[in-house]
Amino acid sequence: MVYRAHILISGDAACIAKGARDVEAALWEAVQELNLKDEVQILEVSSLGHSDQGPEIVIYPDGTDYVNLTPEDAKFIIEEHLLKGRPVERLTYREPPSLPLPPPSEKEVRVVLENVGKIDPENIEDYIAMDGYMALGKVLGEMTPEEVIEELKISGLRGRGGAGFPTWLKWTLARNAPGDMKYVICNGDEGDPGAFMNRSVLEGDPHSVIEGMAIAAYAIGASQGYFYVRAEYPIAIQTLRAAIKQARDYGLLGEHIFGADFSFDLEVRMGAGAFVCGEETALMQSIEGARGMPRTRPPYPATAGLWGNPTNINNVETYANVPKIIHKGGSWFASMGTDKSKGTKTFAIAGKVERTGLIEVPLGMTIREIVYDVGGGVLGGKKFKAVQTGGPMGGCIPEQYLDLPVDYEHLKEVGSMMGSGGFVVMDEDTCMVDIARFFMEFTQDESCGKCVPCRVGTRRMLEILNRICAGEGRPGDIETLEELAVYIRDGSLCGLGQGAPNPVLSTLQYFRDEYEAHIYDKTCPAKVCKGLIEYKINPEACIGCTRCARNCPVNAIEGKPKQTHVIDADICIRCGVCKQVCPVDAVYVE
Amino acid sequence: MKSLEELRKIKERALERRKLAGEGAKSRITVAMGTCGIAAGARDTMKAVLNEIEKRQIADVVVTQTGCMGLCEYEPMVTIKIGEADEVTYGKIDAARIPTLIEKHLLGGEPVAEWQVQTAK
Repeated sequence: MVYRAHILISGDAACIAKGARDVEAALWEAVQELNLKDEVQILEVSSLGHSDQGPEIVIYPDGTDYVNLTPEDAKFIIEEHLLKGRPVERLTYREPPSLPLPPPSEKEVRVVLENVGKIDPENIEDYIAMDGYMALGKVLGEMTPEEVIEELKISGLRGRGGAGFPTWLKWTLARNAPGDMKYVICNGDEGDPGAFMNRSVLEGDPHSVIEGMAIAAYAIGASQGYFYVRAEYPIAIQTLRAAIKQARDYGLLGEHIFGADFSFDLEVRMGAGAFVCGEETALMQSIEGARGMPRTRPPYPATAGLWGNPTNINNVETYANVPKIIHKGGSWFASMGTDKSKGTKTFAIAGKVERTGLIEVPLGMTIREIVYDVGGGVLGGKKFKAVQTGGPMGGCIPEQYLDLPVDYEHLKEVGSMMGSGGFVVMDEDTCMVDIARFFMEFTQDESCGKCVPCRVGTRRMLEILNRICAGEGRPGDIETLEELAVYIRDGSLCGLGQGAPNPVLSTLQYFRDEYEAHIYDKTCPAKVCKGLIEYKINPEACIGCTRCARNCPVNAIEGKPKQTHVIDADICIRCGVCKQVCPVDAVYVE
Repeated sequence: MKSLEELRKIKERALERRKLAGEGAKSRITVAMGTCGIAAGARDTMKAVLNEIEKRQIADVVVTQTGCMGLCEYEPMVTIKIGEADEVTYGKIDAARIPTLIEKHLLGGEPVAEWQVQTAK
């Protein structure tokens, strides 16, 4: 069937949450109704790039990009654009006007995300058209496992899950480990708040990960692989299962792939939502059906992993890089990045930045370039305060390191880490004590409880932070936090406990004055912590419109129409609604 | 999958299919589908174009549509553009004329003079 037009609809989770399914249904309905179904094809793809403005569709061949759609809009577009040939100007995507030059795409380099949003993830032939499975064919036909590992060594690829362990070395260890049965595992338990790099790859280009795993299996001598994907990623799981089935149908998984003496198959296992299961030993426990808790290392998974057998475990992004490295050569990959950190890295930019979303940049790009050139700068032109990298176990990096190259070593030097690629930008209105408290709340909640310092220590730290934010900080709190941090870091088995104090330690290092202001002066410099602020009405500015009083949820505001209003601080719960609704900005925070 | 050769064949096939979807296509056929065009039978013309392309397995061509060109009495109108050459505009192209048009112009490279409409540059 030949179509004159193709409608791509973003099946990204963000778009679905905003009603993409209804839009898709409306598209189908309109196409049926107007008798266009023989001329127009509707395809669900992964993110089309503007998920913050979803539901989004792109119509080819002209490439018109429509955003913020309702089912009614969808019907209208079919009628106008496809029946009558008039693109609907008012619904098309527009570049945000506040974006400074150069355009963000120029600094981005897409390796892992090359195909995402361009191919139909549920059609294996789309992937094959983009040279998919060529690398696997090359490996099985022309290369020994040692040569594969050598190519990876040349590439300098390091684990994209966070720790940055050289991938070739990991594979060598698993290859050399004695054992008849070996496994490869893909860690897709992406749990950092705000991170969605791996989900985008799994949803948008699942075969790249499958191919990477098959190559790893060949290199270490495994014949069975497992995808471990969190159950909160239902679309990724569905796409992945469809992709695995197609790969089997095409003989790219199964027995004697490419006629070689190599057999490999894959299974998907779902995680049940425990953050700690992203830790490799806990993850394997979970696959085995046990409670997900980390164990001591060594022995490392490479020698005694899944069911006690040698196992190679890598992150989604690491595997997705492998076919490209084999196909284009290790030296091509090594030409990107810095001395010790090669290639590109995907980041989920979030927080107070103009363009939030998914990016891929060469390693070694400075924080300034990522925030200002790729991210479009701090939201609303405010002042940059810090960036938090590496998820809840990372640290906050202050303004003075804006020109720091983002790679494994440099981030570690300043007390943070690469992690899986979280990148949360904070502006001048962010309270660093509150941020540290937020992340501590997360790690405390997710601590599996096996190691006492992590289980009890994070709770003690959280209690202190809660107290400081409530305005009840005491002299000595900072010192206790620092002491606890060391115990937790040194006394925990896995990265969760070892990294849990990082947000507190890094904010204490760079923003100690904010902690001191909370404890000694009982003020919150960023005016965020509710226990330390008071909402007031400027009598000069108040016009007595009564809007604040009517919107106050606890009736804390007194005042007659056309007269100055007053907030009763004893009743006020500091929700900030009055400040939001005031038409003349008379409400201020003290 | 038995060999790299087999994979390459699938790749070629998939690339052809993607070209049909408009990527890297060399030629473009546009059917004017404003209200006037549709009233004059442009929908049948469009279907005939799609059928012919599928029947002959032509790759490298984008089929698209446009609105009214302002010459309603010549509808259905079709334009064909091959590579960098000037676009050629045709008038009164009903479905029956499509096979000839595609064979002579799109495949043969020779515009069909008698159906051509002269348009200002």
